[in-house]
Amino acid sequence: MAAGRVLEELFARAPDRYEVTIFGAEPRVNYDRIMLSPVLAGEKAFEDIIVHDDAWYAKHNVTLRKGEPVLAIDRAKRMVRTQADAIHPYDELILATGSKPILIPVPGAELPGVVTFRDLDDVDAMLAAAARGGNAVVIGGGLLGLEAAAGLATKGMKTTVVHLMPTLMERQLDPSAAYLLQRAIEKRGIEILTSANTQAIIGNDKVEAVRLDDGRLLPADLVVMAVGIRPNTALAKDAGLEVKRGVVVDDLMRTSDDHIHAVGECVEHRGQCYGLVAPLYEMAKTLAAKLAGDDVAPYTGSVTSTKLKVTGVDLFSAGDFSEGDAKDDIVLRDPSRGVYKRVVLRDNRIVGAVLFGDTADGAWYFDLLKKAADIGKMHDTLIFGQAYQGGGAPLDPVAMVASLSDDAEICGCNGVCKGVITQAITARGLTSLDDVRAGTKASASCGQCTSKVEALLVSTLGGAYAAAGRKPMCKCTDLTHEEVRERILSKELKSQAAVWQELGWKTSCGCPSCRPALNYYLLCAWPFEYRDDAQSRFVNERVHANIQKDGTFSVVPRMWGGLTTPDELRAIADVADKFKIPTVKVTGGQRIDLLGVRKEDLPAVWAQLNAAGLVSGQAYAKGLRTVKTCVGSEWCRFGTQDSTGLGVKLERYLCGSWTPHKVKLAVSGCPRNCAEATVKDIGIVCVESGYDIHIGGAAGLHVKATELLCHVATEDEAIEYCAAVLQLYREQAGYLDRVYKWLEKTGLEKIRAAIVDDHEGRRALVARFETSQRAVRKDPWAERAAGRELHEFMPLASLNIIMPEAAE
Amino acid sequence: MNSMLTQHDFWFDVGSLQEIPVRGSRRVKTPRREIAIFRTASDEVFALENRCPHKGGPLSDGIVHGRKVACPLHNWIINLEDGEATGADKGCARSFPVKLENGRVYLDMSVAAAP
Repeated sequence: MAAGRVLEELFARAPDRYEVTIFGAEPRVNYDRIMLSPVLAGEKAFEDIIVHDDAWYAKHNVTLRKGEPVLAIDRAKRMVRTQADAIHPYDELILATGSKPILIPVPGAELPGVVTFRDLDDVDAMLAAAARGGNAVVIGGGLLGLEAAAGLATKGMKTTVVHLMPTLMERQLDPSAAYLLQRAIEKRGIEILTSANTQAIIGNDKVEAVRLDDGRLLPADLVVMAVGIRPNTALAKDAGLEVKRGVVVDDLMRTSDDHIHAVGECVEHRGQCYGLVAPLYEMAKTLAAKLAGDDVAPYTGSVTSTKLKVTGVDLFSAGDFSEGDAKDDIVLRDPSRGVYKRVVLRDNRIVGAVLFGDTADGAWYFDLLKKAADIGKMHDTLIFGQAYQGGGAPLDPVAMVASLSDDAEICGCNGVCKGVITQAITARGLTSLDDVRAGTKASASCGQCTSKVEALLVSTLGGAYAAAGRKPMCKCTDLTHEEVRERILSKELKSQAAVWQELGWKTSCGCPSCRPALNYYLLCAWPFEYRDDAQSRFVNERVHANIQKDGTFSVVPRMWGGLTTPDELRAIADVADKFKIPTVKVTGGQRIDLLGVRKEDLPAVWAQLNAAGLVSGQAYAKGLRTVKTCVGSEWCRFGTQDSTGLGVKLERYLCGSWTPHKVKLAVSGCPRNCAEATVKDIGIVCVESGYDIHIGGAAGLHVKATELLCHVATEDEAIEYCAAVLQLYREQAGYLDRVYKWLEKTGLEKIRAAIVDDHEGRRALVARFETSQRAVRKDPWAERAAGRELHEFMPLASLNIIMPEAAE
Repeated sequence: MNSMLTQHDFWFDVGSLQEIPVRGSRRVKTPRREIAIFRTASDEVFALENRCPHKGGPLSDGIVHGRKVACPLHNWIINLEDGEATGADKGCARSFPVKLENGRVYLDMSVAAAP
């Protein structure tokens, strides 16, 4: 392709300057390789994608030697030797050897039925396999892999894509676009497995299955390896030309030999290799001008854009999408149409764009990007596309909504027009957002139009409308924490990217305030499906220890219910000695804090504590911290019940699961309340007749006594009710709301109805709590002492340099 | 050109990009200081002295968002590009030349090891 393009440009400039011979490895004329996907999908025939037919070669006096690759270059004599053992002289030589597909070195990669996706032979092999039907596994969820998968699925194969990274096309797309892409591909019946690593290809004399490193076995009659390409440099290397990743060329496409030039995917120019078609055409232009003896505009590198050639999937990406300040990251989402648009700016210039679902403005953004045009004046309307430019200044939101006609659609999800909403407000006397949602369905689904509906309330009711204390979760959305939680369940949103897209997030990837909250909500809603995102967590929860003012950490093992043993105390003393831990302190939660542990020492400290049976006290967690107890009926002359024993049982049963904020419990053995149960999140006060369960206390920044939830007669009931309260809190509370805050917002009566009155509901809460506990039952310290996430603890590198004397 | 050549000799390979979590950070210990290498969502790398200008907090333990990191101690937001504190806070963590080549991260030790 690259060579053909050079010749076209050359013949246009200097038709008769050279006598041209082309040696090609493929047994056919020059065709448009990037159109192989439509050939596979059956949308085009090979004849449709031929660039130069035999007549063209004849017309331009070009000798095309098909299926005759060059094996060696004699640079001194300026001759090439071909596979047919022919020797051919040259004045100027152009290397356009392209690239080779990368084969992953797994066992079975050489089996029949394993193909790549590079040339027409590969496509023919795939079409032949597809004609027999069965299962296809495509390894690689990049551009080529997805195009191959779409083609095979069209041809009726049951197709699975295995992708190593967590999101598809991660080099060209951000997580939101990748989420939409995955959804669109899955809609075609293609299964997509992300974060999936191929371990082996199984089969005797032909491929039968693909095995992943997690043990999954995927049946396969055809395996397509599409994990990437590598410049084909063997010939250049053998000839002694300078080769790094690709054949090194200068701005005039000249290799380290003045008479040898290179273009296309085989070259490395200014440290870059390209695998797309646009750079190849730009290189061809430069080289042709040079060979023609014309004034040459040097090739200075290319800015590339990506489009996926899968029918019905509109996707465009260009440039770089690093997150910047909010004003430099403009996002427009339309959840009902599956549209996501994002333009990234730097210094008022476009540096990147990702479009999904509506790519009409891709070329326009790309043009502005390449020209580095100043878009300052268009900043506020840029995202709406080229057609919107040239209008007046943006209106204030209330005036803008007020100025819409009555039939303008406000809520895309439920198809509610402005007139319906304003009429409902005036005729039915609606005064709040919730009223409008209940009465018209507007803003009741994805919630993206919430601000418009609120603007309608303001413009219709004027001063009579007060926002009623609705507090959006963060600047990324108009929805409250509770509204987001409810939608995560009802819409079955199972990743952060799904939430961002389906709830119309205003930013591309959330912010430090909503990311930890969403991470928790998703974990709580889908304990086995959602993958915890460590980078959306505060350091303490990432490293399972508490950071101190000097950057060291504190380590607090569990002492169940505040009980310990001489052996445990000896183990703690030994650890403190061995790791020279400077401070050992008894905490307010009845356990021991080891302060001043170096981060690198954490895994070893834990290993030693684990060996003595001590596990993480989760003193860092938004989760169950401690269950404080008094000595109770076992020793105390006033004790009515075994408060210590109940405390131990509660702590063992309730610890582990993440919660919206930290949770502290206490059990007092009598109303003298030595364990201070009435200022805890959940407190139990034992009495002669059983157990009083209190909730919503606090003794920190706010001091608040608990409220009595109920009285139960038995220890088993006490445990069941506590678990149910904890789960209800987990499911309902906004992130970073302590139990008392949740109680304040929800009201004691509602909580009492759910826990005390609704027996089935309570048992269901406990069952869901136990499900969630199954996902976290391993001690996080033991996992990390065994080597998990070692990168959190060890430096990337330790460099010790012997300084030159002069520098001392 | 000459100075570039000299500098080139001090680019130290400190590890592969893959070893740094996306939106995360790893430390590099050098004789004079600890340096935090950050990796953003779009695989850019930045290097800052691993000390918040506020109270010396380890920036490598902070939450990375955009081209910024939130110090884990008191939530100062530090710009990764130049180490400057953002918003109302004033202060600067020293930044160091770092580059990414073929998936490897290089730190310029002629600067990182200098006083």
